Amino acid sequence: MTNFEMDRRKFISTATSAAGGMMLGFHIPAAANAAAIMDEPWMAGEGGQEVNAWLVIDPDNSVTIRVGQSEMGEGVFTGMPMLVAEELQCDWSSVKAVYAEANRNARQTAEPYMVAAGAAKETDGVYQRMSTGGSGAVRRSRLYLSQAGASARERLKQAAANAWGVERSAVSAENGMLSSGSNSSTFGEFAGAAAAISLESEPAIKTPDQYTLLGKSVARLDTPLKVNGAAVYGIDTQVPGMVYAAVEVSPVPGGRLASYDFDAVKDRPGIIAAYRLGEGGIGSLNYNLDEVANRVTGIQSGVAVIADSYYRALTALQLMPKQWDAGEHGNVSDSSIIDSALEVLANPDDSTFNPADSVGDARGVIADASSVLEATYVTPYLEHACMEPMNCTAHVTPDRADIWVGTQNPPRALSVAAEEAGLPEEKVYVHNAFLGTGFGRRLRQDEVRQAAAIAKAHGEPVKVIWTREETTRQGKFRPYSTYHFAASIDADGKPEAYWNRIVSHSIFNHQLPQYLQEGIDGQAVEGLDERLPYHFPNKQVDYAIRDSHLPVHWWRSVGASQNAFAIESFIDELAHAAGADPLEFRLSLMPEDSEFRRPLEVAAKEAGWTADLRRGEGMGIGLAEAFGTISAQVAYVTVSRRGQLRVETIDVAVDCGNVIHPKLVEMQMESSVVFGLTAALYGEIHIRNGVVVDDNFDQYQMLRINEMPEVRTHFALSGGDKWGGVGEPAVPPVAPAVTNAIFAATGKRIRRLPIRNHDLTG
Amino acid sequence: MAFDLNVNGASYTVDAEPETPLLWVIRDSIGLTGTKYGCGIAKCGACTVHIDGKKTFSCTTKVSAAVGKEITTIEGLSEDNSHPLQIAWIEEDVPQCGYCQSGQIMAAAALLEQNPNPSDLNIDTAMSDNICRCGTYSRIRKAIHRAADIAQG
Repeated sequence: MTNFEMDRRKFISTATSAAGGMMLGFHIPAAANAAAIMDEPWMAGEGGQEVNAWLVIDPDNSVTIRVGQSEMGEGVFTGMPMLVAEELQCDWSSVKAVYAEANRNARQTAEPYMVAAGAAKETDGVYQRMSTGGSGAVRRSRLYLSQAGASARERLKQAAANAWGVERSAVSAENGMLSSGSNSSTFGEFAGAAAAISLESEPAIKTPDQYTLLGKSVARLDTPLKVNGAAVYGIDTQVPGMVYAAVEVSPVPGGRLASYDFDAVKDRPGIIAAYRLGEGGIGSLNYNLDEVANRVTGIQSGVAVIADSYYRALTALQLMPKQWDAGEHGNVSDSSIIDSALEVLANPDDSTFNPADSVGDARGVIADASSVLEATYVTPYLEHACMEPMNCTAHVTPDRADIWVGTQNPPRALSVAAEEAGLPEEKVYVHNAFLGTGFGRRLRQDEVRQAAAIAKAHGEPVKVIWTREETTRQGKFRPYSTYHFAASIDADGKPEAYWNRIVSHSIFNHQLPQYLQEGIDGQAVEGLDERLPYHFPNKQVDYAIRDSHLPVHWWRSVGASQNAFAIESFIDELAHAAGADPLEFRLSLMPEDSEFRRPLEVAAKEAGWTADLRRGEGMGIGLAEAFGTISAQVAYVTVSRRGQLRVETIDVAVDCGNVIHPKLVEMQMESSVVFGLTAALYGEIHIRNGVVVDDNFDQYQMLRINEMPEVRTHFALSGGDKWGGVGEPAVPPVAPAVTNAIFAATGKRIRRLPIRNHDLTG
Repeated sequence: MAFDLNVNGASYTVDAEPETPLLWVIRDSIGLTGTKYGCGIAKCGACTVHIDGKKTFSCTTKVSAAVGKEITTIEGLSEDNSHPLQIAWIEEDVPQCGYCQSGQIMAAAALLEQNPNPSDLNIDTAMSDNICRCGTYSRIRKAIHRAADIAQG
């Protein structure tokens, strides 16, 4: 197995033996081999010439473009190569995509041309931003990916110019061909020479009006692999000699495994070993709520059972006698957490409130007002419910570690694995796979640390899979948040003063306390502080943190995911209190030059906005800005006399500035609506005795095809220099659009999510 | 115990306990990883396969119950993405993350076997066992109609 040691990546098989006695094989289906993306997306082609770190050109003129972002459905395996190919001016049909390597990123800094072009800092890793989150794939890598393509194109032209004895300006590069006068050649023929060229100055990248490829809805490169089972996700990893681990950790975060009896199950078929995890067991960093590093990726106390098949490991784990010590959080429930927060919320003089925004004297005006509208809103904890349960395969030896995982942040996975393996980063290889969704969950790397610890203890490659139940109980949850609003209403129905208090579990306080600013978690007040779309002459926004024992984390659209429900509902309440049309009322609170106006007007127009519907039918508005993009939505719902809700249509207007692939944006709008609607209708994590109880899809309900509304996407693009994200910003407006529509249909105001807890019978 | 299975027309002998879910035998013993684990309790449809042509959740089907039957997984649908559903799925750009799509396509294939020209309501009824967290439902509906058209020429 010398080659195996040299490059283990090449030896991932799709048919291994473990329990079944099948032969080992290193089989890659021929059809997938010829596809634009390998079924194993980390596998690069052989024999091409690297022109720069981002792209390789083969002698047959095919171009392999490396992708630094993670493909979890949003389309980066198509969009990122398009950014490079637009500038390279290669033949799009010859483009293949592979993952960029986190290991190389750890060893190599940005290439000199990229620094010279001003598109990278000298200290950046060669692949710059490899974390996929914050709806940043296009807007935060556009400049350097464009530069990679442009700089390579000019080097190809210079190489041809040198060979042909002409000026570079006399050489054209189009569709993968270089030409000048009677000379003509493929990119592939000059790729080697181009790689050695230095230019005096790097070319400028195109402006959107010069695009020929960007803006077109080309076919996604990954689709052919996703209709025949060929696409390899982390959970599909198969490595020669691999064994399987099933794990169970304290169901109460921070509790501990008091005892377990491996002897009771060790003689079952295929059982190999068991390891105590965390405290008193394996792992270099134990979970501990008191320390930031420990609570972010620290290993929870528990046990892993190793076997020759996953099901044998899982069965033995489940049969094995175990006793748990719940620790100090064994009496906590979701209602005890939220009730405590509501007590704080009800006391405006609580000393832990900090001002997030303050204009004029809102408290004073409200105290003196003759008419005040007040309301309290609550949003629950949520779990990501990634379609692919959490998993990680690891092989840790004294001189090298390999990690196979679908992750949103390969460099972070690499550093966590390096720390756990006790190896320098350059000796750790992370093989990113397709992700069975991420939604933020796969940014955390707690599964990577656990798998690395188990693999280090065991010595052989180990695939760790968490059951759906374990995945949910070990969730890193979207925080709960509570909101109180008060507004004075003058004789004309105008709100002169607005006072909003928020009490929530803070993600920054949990994992990045250095990002708190004078007690304010900027994500927890997103869209509510100075970023509020509405203008009030007097405004006060106060925020207080109340954490619980649950680990919290980013969840698709983060703070905006819940804040928009609260503010957009309260604005709707103000409109009704004023006897005003909710659309006109919103517009009346916006400055004339507000960039929120156009998306709102487009959504309303396309939806045929009207407040004049018969009972049982309603339209509602939701509006939010997140990740540089504004989304306005109008939901149309029907509610039967028996309280049966149907969300019929949602019109989504989006202003993300510019678009590189309209269809991918439409798909993200549809996806965001389903994600937001699932949470609005059903999403709620219950905690009993410190344990998450909604641990599978029988209790943690998901939207299904029979509930799918018609989603209509409308571009309201402002263009210019604006480049907003698209993966998340359309999630926040969904819930308020629907609950405001329910109010219009029934007169019932929903102030606490999810909707399913409310009786809508008329 | 050894069990003889027929998967996608090929014979396999696997060593497993009789109660082992077919899902894990297909994935770990036979090495066909297109069939996915999502919930283990027949509530998400990611593990959908056909047994003797009938839609089946492999996560709650014992391996012992599959002996002597014809098991079809996503890998057995066609050699070359030529099944009408695969063609339609590509043309309609259905998949996003793709994880649930094997199960979606297998569920749709069972539907089209029974009902070559399903209505939206037929589709909703037949496909509501299958969760898609990316929210590709509208495109799934369209693709099933398109596949029905392709199959009928």
